[in-house]
Amino acid sequence: MIEIKNISKSYNTTKALVDITLNIEKGKLFGLIGPDGAGKSTLFRILTTLLIPDKGKATLMGFDTVKDYKEIRKIVGYMPGKFSLYMDLSVQENLEFFAKVFNTTIAANYNMIKEIYVMLEPFKDRRASDLSGGMKQKLALCCALIHKPKILLLDEPTFGVDPVSRKEFWDNLKKLQKTENLTTLVSTPYMDEASMCDDIALIQSGQLLTVDTPINICKNFPHALYELKTNDNYKSLVLLRELKEINSAFMFGNSIHLTLNNNDIVIIKDVLKKNNFEFSVKIIEANIEDSFMELMTKEQ
Amino acid sequence: MSKVIEVENLTRAYGAFKAVDNISFYVDRGEIFGFLGANGAGKTTAIKMLTGILEPTSGKGVVASFNIKTQRNKLKYKIGYMSQHFSLYEDLTLKENIKFYGGIYGLKKTEIIDRTNDMIKSLGLENIKDTLISEIPLGWKQKIAFSVAILHKPEVVFLDEPTSGVDPITRRQFWDLIYQAAESGITIFVTTHYMDEAEYCDRISMMVQGKIAAIGTLNELLTEFDAKNMDEVFLKLAR
Repeated sequence: MIEIKNISKSYNTTKALVDITLNIEKGKLFGLIGPDGAGKSTLFRILTTLLIPDKGKATLMGFDTVKDYKEIRKIVGYMPGKFSLYMDLSVQENLEFFAKVFNTTIAANYNMIKEIYVMLEPFKDRRASDLSGGMKQKLALCCALIHKPKILLLDEPTFGVDPVSRKEFWDNLKKLQKTENLTTLVSTPYMDEASMCDDIALIQSGQLLTVDTPINICKNFPHALYELKTNDNYKSLVLLRELKEINSAFMFGNSIHLTLNNNDIVIIKDVLKKNNFEFSVKIIEANIEDSFMELMTKEQ
Repeated sequence: MSKVIEVENLTRAYGAFKAVDNISFYVDRGEIFGFLGANGAGKTTAIKMLTGILEPTSGKGVVASFNIKTQRNKLKYKIGYMSQHFSLYEDLTLKENIKFYGGIYGLKKTEIIDRTNDMIKSLGLENIKDTLISEIPLGWKQKIAFSVAILHKPEVVFLDEPTSGVDPITRRQFWDLIYQAAESGITIFVTTHYMDEAEYCDRISMMVQGKIAAIGTLNELLTEFDAKNMDEVFLKLAR
């Protein structure tokens, strides 16, 4: 459905994308996961025909992003990273505007947005500028859907949004995937959202670190991973970092995640005991954030 | 322990709508205090009052021993502020930014030079000290912005979603800086949408519709809401 082949793009001396190749199948919910500056938005701009790549090519449903840009604009719903609606128009006016631009009406495609729009309807006369973050995001999604696109491209739709609204947003995407068989490419800097996707690509400094299902990426974590909890996580972390036996030590909420060079946890336990820490330690499965950091370190 | 922030019945109304509705809490010196809430819960309004930018409708508050209603100008010298949106001037170099903020906070020339050198050394910025901020990667910018926000050694620093969009390793390096600042006695007041970061805080408060719906240490909140982690606490409270 979306085919990206050897795409590179630079801005002056900055390499935004380096030789990206990626295939996204029809009906998939595909996540592009990485921090700001990784190149996510550049890729979205190329796919939405707004930017021409230096090298390589991309097609959506067989249409070329450079040659067939007019066709692509009809089949794609795009939600850019920055809030893109008209602040001084009301909720309903924004939606009507986007419908008209695409030569359709709200009524014609109401089914597509119904689930989401009912939550907005009580505020339909309110200006977009006066909506909360979660509401703005719902409206932007409705505007991207109103012309019944085949492909949905969402660039960081949940950025800066609180965990509750984020969860609702992903639930909506899941529902759309089921009812409309939409192909969706969505980017996010939040690693915990990876598990909501069928497949994900991890991206950093313009390069793909890996492409796979979230489960497989976690399974492929190359070390035994220990979760350590102590009575003073920060002080024990500072101590552990100095040890040559430690491969990596990162804070994770109220615990520390450790990987070792020789996989001998007894040495670590002894050091903690000697320094009078109270602690518990167990082996756990890696999550996406563990995997991302591991791949990131390897790349550097 | 002495209190750096103490707030009683603080309220800010816009017409009939109370953005912040009668909140009372305190923050101890040297504490890392997590200030959580959904979008629109009133966090930003509360921070604006605590930093002397916005006058409360009613209630009172003391921050760094100054009254947030009557001593707003004095207060500003004793606090630091950093957000994801407002940090450094992109078209100034790193050194120029430090000099500029040092000047704003009334530091002496010699102090500015000393602290600039300290900062460049401790963060390892020798190679980029004369680089324009616009050319420095985001992760670095956030670390620099934080160091600049505490350049004048404030009593408390307010961090409004300081790590949004930053890669996971840089995010943790940023928290190292926060811990170091807290150990040096600076009180940290931080908002975040990353629930793992909330768990790094000594105490956490959670705002829901203008009120503080919960406050306590991580373990206290997990017990109170019968939850496995902060994510669950957040979902239970904000829904």
